[in-house]
Amino acid sequence: MNSLIAGVILILCLSSYFFGRSEARKLVTQNIKLKALPAYYGYYLSLWCGLPALIIFGCWSLFEPTIIKVLILNNFPQIESKDLFYEQTLSFFNGNFSGEITNEIKAASIKYSSINIIAQNSKIVIIAAALIGSLTFAYRKIQKNNKARDDVEIILKVLLFTSSLVAILTTVGIIVSLLFESLKFFSTINIFEFIFGTSWSPQRAFVRDASAITPEELLELQDAFGSVPLFAGTAFIALIAMCVAVPIGLFSGIYLAEYASTKVRKYSKPIIEILAGIPTVVYGFFAALTVGPFFRTLGESLGLTVSSESALAAGLIMGVMIIPYISSLSDDVINSVPQSLREGSYAVGATKSETIKKVVIPAALPGIIGSILLAVSRAIGETMIVVMAAGLAANLTINPLESTTTITTQIVMILVGDQEFDSPKTQAAFALGLTLFIATLILNYIALRVVKKYREKYD
Amino acid sequence: MELNNSKIKIKAKNLNVFYGKKQALFDINLDINQKEVTALIGPSGCGKSTFIRCINRMNDVIDICKVEGSVEIDGAEINEKNVDVVTLREKVGMVFQKPNPFPKSIYDNIAYGPIIHGAAENKNQMDNIVETSLKKAALWDEVKDRLNEPGTSLSGGQQQRLCIARALSVNPEVILMDEPCSALDPIATAKIEELIDDLKKSYTIVIVTHSMAQAVRVSQKTGFFHLGKIIEVDSTEKIFKNPANKMTQDYITGRFG
Ligand SMILES: Nc1ncnc2c1ncn2[C@@H]1O[C@H](COP(=O)(O)OP(=O)(O)O)[C@@H](O)[C@H]1O
Ligand SMILES: [Mg+2]
Repeated sequence: MNSLIAGVILILCLSSYFFGRSEARKLVTQNIKLKALPAYYGYYLSLWCGLPALIIFGCWSLFEPTIIKVLILNNFPQIESKDLFYEQTLSFFNGNFSGEITNEIKAASIKYSSINIIAQNSKIVIIAAALIGSLTFAYRKIQKNNKARDDVEIILKVLLFTSSLVAILTTVGIIVSLLFESLKFFSTINIFEFIFGTSWSPQRAFVRDASAITPEELLELQDAFGSVPLFAGTAFIALIAMCVAVPIGLFSGIYLAEYASTKVRKYSKPIIEILAGIPTVVYGFFAALTVGPFFRTLGESLGLTVSSESALAAGLIMGVMIIPYISSLSDDVINSVPQSLREGSYAVGATKSETIKKVVIPAALPGIIGSILLAVSRAIGETMIVVMAAGLAANLTINPLESTTTITTQIVMILVGDQEFDSPKTQAAFALGLTLFIATLILNYIALRVVKKYREKYD
Repeated sequence: MELNNSKIKIKAKNLNVFYGKKQALFDINLDINQKEVTALIGPSGCGKSTFIRCINRMNDVIDICKVEGSVEIDGAEINEKNVDVVTLREKVGMVFQKPNPFPKSIYDNIAYGPIIHGAAENKNQMDNIVETSLKKAALWDEVKDRLNEPGTSLSGGQQQRLCIARALSVNPEVILMDEPCSALDPIATAKIEELIDDLKKSYTIVIVTHSMAQAVRVSQKTGFFHLGKIIEVDSTEKIFKNPANKMTQDYITGRFG
């Protein structure tokens, strides 16, 4: 039904384009000088035909289920667990309910079917009215030879503005919810314990209603959420990753930008960028199944104890994942160093490597640093690889052969499985998410600033 | 004096240059005299830049560029494999069309070349080189109090003189200038021309220019290029007063190019 309505609206849109255009042409034959090209009148009519109807349609579909639910539940004030009851009614209505059928469910489902029919009909009527109304309005305007070009511009502007508004509002919404949940968490757990505590064992706050936690239990819980091991683990793995990615990425960037022939460049750059397109889960099982065990056997043969999940394996693979970011960004940055600087250097007798070392790299340095910072923020936010390869134990260690854990891994751990939404354990995920968000935000901000400043210098 | 002036410093013989399959210079034969200014004129794309870049082998930098024929400096061939381009470029400095100071301090811009060639043993000597170079480029008085500021903070004309000072810092014998004033205003241009006049006492200068007036003002000898060929070379006076070739005549009177 819904798709039928949408289809009808779209078809009407299309035909009103042609209709509007031909109407405008008719005006031309009556020797009226149009204020815009006929096609604009087509667009104008089409936009007026489609937009109001589609907006009403969208809003209706968005709110209809909630409204119907409220209407039905109002009839059954005696029911205890209303959500469950409504779910049961719906599945009974759809014929796939397998539980005990009560009279209330039957009654509710009859009610539902009647409300549903009313809703359907009124939806069709209202949309049809909107279609006819807006079409007539626009058609009249065309007859009056309005400035269709300007009007189309305005409508499009509003449309684009709304889209960006939606994008911004969702972002803001996510941040606000992150903030609120974190605040809830910090109202039960001391924020200093969270930031400076060195022991992370959220499983002690097992599934439990936050309101039901006694003050004694709460006191005991305080030191269960020390996030230092997570931050240390995150930083440590990111550090290992950067140790791999920065030299390799930077050198390959330099090679591509300065030494590679156009042909080599043409083929090798896309190949390196393919690395960036590999899903991280693939890197993850590569790290967990190949690299981890390899280090373990290697370590054993050297008489070392290597945990099969280790910071080293995760960091190494994460580094490989990040190489293309650094190499292709620094390649771009180095390429945008003007050729005239290189020639200036050659002209006083510098060799190629001297020129690169003393002129090109220093000139490109801000951009290179920017690209490294962007890579770091990616490394910090990376989840899949560490979940699979670094382990879950919140060890506070600097031994790369032991397993460690990161913020992202712990968020996953906390949220996997059934959770009460208001237990401190679940809220801890939001607090972690918030800190992670702030950390990457700061990194990205600095990186973009640095890159931008560098751009300005040569543009 | 007359004798010294006519001593040949650079001699190009049957020089052909290709960019890929496209030939940019055809059989160029040109003598450049010691300690005077030779101007190269001609319409855009006629190969003036290509030619002067042959003199310090700057065309080596361009992958697709192939140079055939001979260029001798002081009688020694430079287009041979075993010629050390580093020493060559120490001897033949270059100033570019757009001022291209390094994004370093004024001091470091000048010290760059001497450091690469190990010309100074200590800070004192380096200070000396920097000061002399800047003085020779008539920039010292303007920048002596701000040597640590970035070279890019100078005005266009100052930047170009900084680039000249940078070229002078490694004690070259020849200075190549590729339209050094085309990005500058008339006052800055006048300063550079004055400087060129001064520099020719100690250096052999080859300058590419778009401005006939500039060629007349600064040069003793002028070569006219057209479509990759040398049409006419003679004393500047002769070229501009009484050119032998009709094309030269048309060009200097502004009838084409
Ligand atoms: N890097 C290059 N690659 C390909 N062709 C070039 C290159 N540089 C110059 N050319 C060509 O060589 C010819 C001469 O150029 P150039 O020496 O720059 O002329 P001018 O300096 O007299 O304006 C032009 O046709 C130009 O298109
Ligand atoms: Mg040129």
